Amino acid sequence: MHPIVNDIYTALPEIFVLGMAMAILLIDLFLTERTRFLTYALSQFTLLGAAMITVATHTPGVGYAFSGMFVDDPLADVLKLMSYLATSVVLVYSRSYLAERGMFRGEFFVLTLFALLGMMVMISGRNLLTLYMGLELLSLCLYSLVALDRDNPRATEAAMKYFVLGALASGMLLYGMSMLYGITGNLDINQIGSALVKGAPDRAVLILGLVFVVAGLAFKLGAVPFQMWVPDVYHGAPTAMTLLVGSAPKFAAFALVMRLLVQALQGVVHDWQGMLILMAVLSIALGNIIAIAQTNLKRMLAYSTISHIGFLLFGIMSGTLNGFIASMFYVSVYVLMTLGGFGMILLLSRRGFEAENLDDFKGLAARHPWYAFLMLLLMFSMAGVPPTIGFYAKFAVLQAALQVGLVKLVVFAVLMAVVGAFYYLRVVKLMYFDEPQHDAPVRAQPDMTMVLTVNGLAVLLLGLMPQRLMELCAYAILHSIQ
Amino acid sequence: MTDMLTIYVLIPLLPLVAAVVIGLFGRKLPRAAAHWMTIAGVAVSFLLSCFVLKDVLAGHTFNGAVYTWMTSGGTVFEIGFLIDALSALMMVVVTFVSLMVHIYTIGYMHDDPGYSRFFSYISLFTFSMLMLVMSNNFMQLFFGWEAVGLVSYLLIGFWFKRPTAIYANLKAFLVNRVGDFGFLLGIGMVLYTMGSLDYQAVFSIAPQFADATVELIPGHPWQLMTVICLLLFVGAMGKSAQVPLHVWLPDSMEGPTPISALIHAATMVTAGIFMVARMSPLYELSTTALSVVMVIGAVTALFMGFLGIVQNDIKRVVAYSTLSQLGYMTVALGASAYSVAIFHLMTHAFFKALLFLAAGSVIIGMHHDQDIRNMGELKKYMPVTWITALIGSLALIGTPFLSGFYSKDSIIEAVALSNIPGSGFAHLAVLAGVFVTAFYSFRMYFLVFHGKARWREARHEHGQAAQDAHHHGLGPHDEPHESPWVVTFPLVMLAIPSVVIGYLTIQPMLFGDFFKGAIVVNAEAHPAMHELAHHFHTVFHSPAGMALHAVASLPFWLAACGVGLAWFFYLKRPNIPETLKQRFAVIYAILENKYGFDTFNERFFAAGVRWVGDRLWRHGDVQIIDGTLVNGTARLIGCFAAVIRHLQSGRIYHYAFAMIIGVFVLLTWFMKV
Repeated sequence: MHPIVNDIYTALPEIFVLGMAMAILLIDLFLTERTRFLTYALSQFTLLGAAMITVATHTPGVGYAFSGMFVDDPLADVLKLMSYLATSVVLVYSRSYLAERGMFRGEFFVLTLFALLGMMVMISGRNLLTLYMGLELLSLCLYSLVALDRDNPRATEAAMKYFVLGALASGMLLYGMSMLYGITGNLDINQIGSALVKGAPDRAVLILGLVFVVAGLAFKLGAVPFQMWVPDVYHGAPTAMTLLVGSAPKFAAFALVMRLLVQALQGVVHDWQGMLILMAVLSIALGNIIAIAQTNLKRMLAYSTISHIGFLLFGIMSGTLNGFIASMFYVSVYVLMTLGGFGMILLLSRRGFEAENLDDFKGLAARHPWYAFLMLLLMFSMAGVPPTIGFYAKFAVLQAALQVGLVKLVVFAVLMAVVGAFYYLRVVKLMYFDEPQHDAPVRAQPDMTMVLTVNGLAVLLLGLMPQRLMELCAYAILHSIQ
Repeated sequence: MTDMLTIYVLIPLLPLVAAVVIGLFGRKLPRAAAHWMTIAGVAVSFLLSCFVLKDVLAGHTFNGAVYTWMTSGGTVFEIGFLIDALSALMMVVVTFVSLMVHIYTIGYMHDDPGYSRFFSYISLFTFSMLMLVMSNNFMQLFFGWEAVGLVSYLLIGFWFKRPTAIYANLKAFLVNRVGDFGFLLGIGMVLYTMGSLDYQAVFSIAPQFADATVELIPGHPWQLMTVICLLLFVGAMGKSAQVPLHVWLPDSMEGPTPISALIHAATMVTAGIFMVARMSPLYELSTTALSVVMVIGAVTALFMGFLGIVQNDIKRVVAYSTLSQLGYMTVALGASAYSVAIFHLMTHAFFKALLFLAAGSVIIGMHHDQDIRNMGELKKYMPVTWITALIGSLALIGTPFLSGFYSKDSIIEAVALSNIPGSGFAHLAVLAGVFVTAFYSFRMYFLVFHGKARWREARHEHGQAAQDAHHHGLGPHDEPHESPWVVTFPLVMLAIPSVVIGYLTIQPMLFGDFFKGAIVVNAEAHPAMHELAHHFHTVFHSPAGMALHAVASLPFWLAACGVGLAWFFYLKRPNIPETLKQRFAVIYAILENKYGFDTFNERFFAAGVRWVGDRLWRHGDVQIIDGTLVNGTARLIGCFAAVIRHLQSGRIYHYAFAMIIGVFVLLTWFMKV
């Protein structure tokens, strides 16, 4: 096969998404309010097409393209498929919310597709430059999406904070990357990896670079002490944007961690392990404790995210393949639960009303028993109550940490999970035992109700049969990381 | 062999299936489905049990697991069956009485709104009892033990709108917890010391522990086997209602009469007797335990009999009679005459179920008036009930040739031949018990079926009758009537074995090798049974000979005196009991208060436990656990959260500052090397 053909073939999903995003940008210009649905349909079609291409070009082996700048391995394929699915669900959940608030416009879909493209580049990047390019593409799209509702001062403020802090974090990441380049003379992930394993270059410079890289990654993940943006952005952004920010990009961030820390910086695993331990412990503690004091559900879920990231780091910091598999399992479960949680807020919101306060969930069981039941499943899963999937996710990462002897940390994490159970169960208590504060009916689109039902039940069904998802994660990790 | 295994599995399973189907869908199915399904299940179980008994008599026993439930730390928990003479006999007795009670229930519960629920419960009971007797390990024994207890609880409180029924079933539940606590400790002790829960394994290893000691209180070594046997016997005391854990049984009469017959006379209450007989290899190792068993049994046999004399509720008279007869069985166990105890268990199951069902029939005839002072002359109105009740009473007091005679006389003989400490007292008690039994049985019989028709005077307390639909009694112009055939048929069916079963089976069961391998007796240490057999073979030669010799023996004349005195007091000179009651007011008051057990329990245990519970709740739970530990932690974390949430100031330069501090901390921490 000619190199160019091979390059195109390997990056076909990305090229398809790019082409479709451009096409939608053009087509949307000619649509009116009434025909805008076409944009939505085309976006969903893009996701479906990308998924089909990814599946069709999938091989269990590792393929390179563009002189090794780009990689297509099972890890990339699985994470991309998960990202498509998450993005697709985001579109379904957001549709009526956006339409009611005048944001059902071409920009949203084009920006979302470009953000997805950024994620895909991050997932498949095998060069510091590619990775950075993907990250910036994603970040810039997200900044604009948060600010899409221009006249909403809270959203604009959130976007501004996100942008400034994000720029700072990008600067740190880039600075760290330049250090790595400086001591290894290479931008290629594999080359850096083998250079570090071979000989020990100047350690001080290496650690300096590592700290900055870790800081940049921690910002993307939202780990303490780089979590400051998370509550403000989650809270301030329109809920549909929060849903997007909180879901699919986590897959890309996970891929970034895998590429940078595991594939490039495996040689200094003991150093980044220590840093991750510190951040994991702080994230779990801070996230769970501050979440208790929240009255706003979006903000509560933001802190809950911070604690989930702490658990995710537990798997990565174990530094074993088992740990990576557990982390990947955790991140997929986390995205599933986040989609459901914010999806429920979207479902209960309507024109001029955001169902984002905890009080809005009071007495939901009396008004809508089925939605309350789904929310109950989601909350149980986030708290880690068996037999929901959240339990297995926590179990897997903690088990991985136990295997490398981090007993005290695991005990600490479990205790903090108990603290966390409080605020999740409080939602359940509000829904089932308190009197409703209003009795406005929920008018949900049938497609949204259906997807949300599947989403909620998946939390339970996967919990009963976690084996398949676990096998998928094991397949992706074991075939991609040596 | 696999065919037989299928049959073993089917025997308990059929009643279970019927119980589940009727329990879940009974409301939707027609009323008749409830009794047809459950009766069919129990009937097939009964026929299969008979087949199994025949198979066992041909020498085919079985011991094995059918299902492994779980393995934990090397201990295997299994569902398994041990089918030998002992369990096969129990299976036949249980399914037969259960079948009769099922049929009887059609008539007795005819108008009850809980018709299908009742059938579901009694089928469930049959399943549980079969699991108990067929078990080959302690685990399953305990399961059956608790399951029959549960069903008993449900059935005593069957009429759950009556406060007295709720009180009674709670009482039964609590008292049985005391027994089960000991029982569970005993099982735990067996597992701890012998490392297995399987009967066969435990029995084969037990002799090695004959001299082992255990120090429950440091410095006081006790014989291990004595401790185990006594703990297990505490369980038997609860289930088989031995003093002082007997208090629940009389109150259990609040349940419908069919279950009084099935559960609280014929089967469940004999589970304790069965269990001790099954554990004979263990009990034979501890003479101390046997002594305790014998003395407790003797006390129960005599003193509970006295109480039967002063009762006026027809079911309570029979209930105290049951307590007394259970005492007899326990005495037999103490004398190492396990086979005699099981023999009496079987005969008693037939004639006591008969008496209970007859009492139920009388209650139907009297329109749910249970006071024997309001009855009389019923033989004219209820001939079948009269004849069968007479047969039951004669069997109970030990009339020669009837079944009760063979079993009770054998017990008395065995106790006389026993040489363990306490046997002298026990012998006196069981002899006196014969007189007492005859007296209260025929007191009831004469008051109910003979004499004046006192129900014509209709002295009911109508205030109470209005409140309680089940105790209304006959109206001014009503007359008692014979019960329908579904009620009298079981009476006749039970009367037949009450008459003949002792004569037919005493030779193989007591003196043959029917129980060989199932019951172990150490003939050197406890020779009573051996000598009894010797006596039978050299003096009596045959069951008929035994009956003929009895005419010249003390128990026969004691029983005759009892009947005579009852006739004199209650038919000839009905004013005498009243005079005696006033003359011996103190004794009467003691009996009326049942020796004060209930009062003591209420004042001491119930009030004491409530006091302790109240203190623990107020100080331990509310103040320390809830106040300090639980809410204290929550408050602490809540305060902490309220403080550190202010870190999120909303100002972007604070955020950027935090990030830079974070990088700085990481740098200084990890660059040190």
